[in-house]
Amino acid sequence: MVSGESRIRQAVRVWLPIGFFIVLALFPFYWMAITSIKPNSELYNKNVMPLIVHAPTLKHYVDLLTQSSFLLWTWNTMLVAVVSTAISLVLGTMLAYPLARMRFAGASLIAMTIAAIYLVPQPLLFIPLADLINRLNLGNTLTAVILTYPTMLVPFCAWLLLGYFKTVPKELEEAARIDGASRVQTMWKIFLPLCTPGFISAGIFAFTLSQNEFLYALIFLTKSSVRTVPVGVIAELIRGDVFYWGQLMAGALLGSIPVAIIYSFFVEHYVAGLTAGSVKA
Amino acid sequence: MTIASERFVDAAPVARKRVSLAALLDRQSVFSWLMMALPLAFLAALVGYPFFYGILLSLEDRPVAHTGTFVGLKNFIADAHDPVFWRVAINTFIYTGVATFLKMVGGLGLALAMNQHFKMKNLVRALLLLPFIVPTVLSTVAWLWMLDPAFSVVNRMLVALGWPKPGPSWLGDPTLAMVSIIIINTWRGLPFYGITLLAGLQTVPAELYEAASIDGAGGWARFRYVTLPLLRPIILIVTLFSVIFTFADFQLIYVLTHGGPANATQLFATYAFDIAMGAGQLGLGASVALAMLPALALLIVALTIYLRRE
Repeated sequence: MVSGESRIRQAVRVWLPIGFFIVLALFPFYWMAITSIKPNSELYNKNVMPLIVHAPTLKHYVDLLTQSSFLLWTWNTMLVAVVSTAISLVLGTMLAYPLARMRFAGASLIAMTIAAIYLVPQPLLFIPLADLINRLNLGNTLTAVILTYPTMLVPFCAWLLLGYFKTVPKELEEAARIDGASRVQTMWKIFLPLCTPGFISAGIFAFTLSQNEFLYALIFLTKSSVRTVPVGVIAELIRGDVFYWGQLMAGALLGSIPVAIIYSFFVEHYVAGLTAGSVKA
Repeated sequence: MTIASERFVDAAPVARKRVSLAALLDRQSVFSWLMMALPLAFLAALVGYPFFYGILLSLEDRPVAHTGTFVGLKNFIADAHDPVFWRVAINTFIYTGVATFLKMVGGLGLALAMNQHFKMKNLVRALLLLPFIVPTVLSTVAWLWMLDPAFSVVNRMLVALGWPKPGPSWLGDPTLAMVSIIIINTWRGLPFYGITLLAGLQTVPAELYEAASIDGAGGWARFRYVTLPLLRPIILIVTLFSVIFTFADFQLIYVLTHGGPANATQLFATYAFDIAMGAGQLGLGASVALAMLPALALLIVALTIYLRRE
């Protein structure tokens, strides 16, 4: 039987550190949200208590949607994220399936190369890539980022899917082979449908990474009409005058929402993917 | 067994026969390489080629929109004589070292706090991961506003608690600017450490703790001699991952300080960007970016080998 006092102590021991971490993690988002609905008279008045909103307004959202190309940037971001995620899942599967199921010379070398490519950070490649994109005349087209995002996403998807594929039992495929199915049929009809959770994990990650990408988009997309949300927000909403914070925070909040929604639906898959690589050992 | 060897005999010498094409495609190696050909070609074209092209660029004097001239190691020699370059190197190591340490210690604390029994754990875990999943640039812009020279909410709270007005100049003072970017990098990366380490903690069998308790181990001893040794592989992997991407960080610095004030927060990635995209010196910029390569290659090889052992 737990006594009242020790139950309180227990609760303090749990919620004191957890509360600290939650406040730390969420305060910037809280600040983003309340800034976006404060009138300028509150935002730039040091005599008003800043942590709450006294007279909420949607003016910054209206300004954002009518005075900037925010909706267009959102469309661009979604289009790029969906297409590059789809490309990366397909190409990633084409790498991961043979590596997970077939025995052939060079398999482990390929697997290591893919892991190494996944770990190459963009700043190592952006200068030669910028020159390459220029020479291909792809500057200021969404094709430029749709082509380059999969350079990070394909190795990543391949690596995550490889881990997942190995956990799927082989018996069904062996049975299909004995029944005379070809390798492609076995993979397409028997194996891949079993791997939906793996595709969801990899897909969410790839989608989140595409939404987060900044460096390539910053370099390749310099016209407002082709920009993605992160680049548009940084390049166009931060202006010379001082009073732009309401609109800027409205943009930052709206830009975060698609990722947050998808994430909240699939948080278990996300955590599973996050921990897959590291906890196996 | 017999079926397989017959097929092999069939396929190899008389490949002209129509039947044998299907058999050939059925061989594991042929199927695998055909399947991997497209993605491998893609990676070769857009990762392999730029990588080697980058090395070539670093050996050229190559102003943007002009043809390059080969200059050998001149760019690297120029880097070595550039005081800013050395400042950048020191900054990068301080930034990576301190932020990694803070994320590791904080992440371990977060994992231990989460590894208790309480209600709404999944909700708490989802909320704690938000800084890690929200696009970095967008959350960093919120920090930029929180540290604004005129209206910083952080300073207003500090002043309310008795700090002399107007409070610290977070992004204007060279040392404080470095402190700020380290804190914000830690804020963003800590949930990744915490949640991954939590998954590791949950694999530690309860019997081990019970056995240690029976042997008279207190809380600290259980942590030191049971938890830490079992977590070591995960801590190592998470740390290597995060070191690689902290070392080559770009977004956070670009948004908060652009490398300033006076290069106090300039890292390799932002400096390479300034030289290549700002000043248009692609060759010199590529040489600065490539200066990251030795340290990165070491980390990447270590992590790849470690992942493969699994």
